[in-house]
Amino acid sequence: MKVLIPTPLRQYTGRQSTVELEAGSVDEALCELTTRYPELRKQLFTAEGELRKFVNVYVNDEDIRYLERERTLVKPTDTISIIPSVAGGSVAARRGF
Amino acid sequence: MALFIAKPDLEELRQHGEETYPFECCGVLLGRVDDVGGKRVHEVVRCSNQRTESPHNRYFIDPRELVGIQRRAHERELDIVGFYHSHPQHPARWSATDLEEAHWPGCSYVITSVMNGVATQTNSFDLVAEGESKSFQNEELHVE
Ligand SMILES: [Zn+2]
Repeated sequence: MKVLIPTPLRQYTGRQSTVELEAGSVDEALCELTTRYPELRKQLFTAEGELRKFVNVYVNDEDIRYLERERTLVKPTDTISIIPSVAGGSVAARRGF
Repeated sequence: MALFIAKPDLEELRQHGEETYPFECCGVLLGRVDDVGGKRVHEVVRCSNQRTESPHNRYFIDPRELVGIQRRAHERELDIVGFYHSHPQHPARWSATDLEEAHWPGCSYVITSVMNGVATQTNSFDLVAEGESKSFQNEELHVE
């Protein structure tokens, strides 16, 4: 299966925009990916091993948060996309927003 | 770093900000990064502002939309090199919120000030990450 790497994370994947790997689940895929590219781990996960809030992981067009999260099963023909969030605003954020 | 953009592309993103006024517009810049770190825009992709709560001063691009844009860009050997949004009735300067919610180091964040419905200044900022800290650096915007 294929993992699409967003531009800012390619400095950790030897400039590769896609990584081909074999995995049966999202968890296996991310595990294989961060084993191959250890510097990616800190970018994707918190110290507690949780996916960072601003890191979105999609299997094809579905957010894994609305599937089975990291336990989501994947097929060899699936594409996993890693996509950091894009947001902002002209005024300071309010607390809890 | 510098961002190179064709005049019609620049006009396109500025016009988007006028059309969505008094709300913020947002979109993606597809292109390529050259060997010396310059970013060249090949296409401007409009997105809809998914921030329904306060769209006049906040923006949010649906990640699902981004996933599709990233995939189609990859098929055409283009990369996401930046993003743009507008600041209705605010200057073309990044805000604390913009920095806090910016997670694409190396990419350009282009901001257009829209005053009373008319696009005024457009500036570009390069997101730089060093360890745990990040900052926006002023970036030259070359219009070609
Ligand atoms: Zn802003």
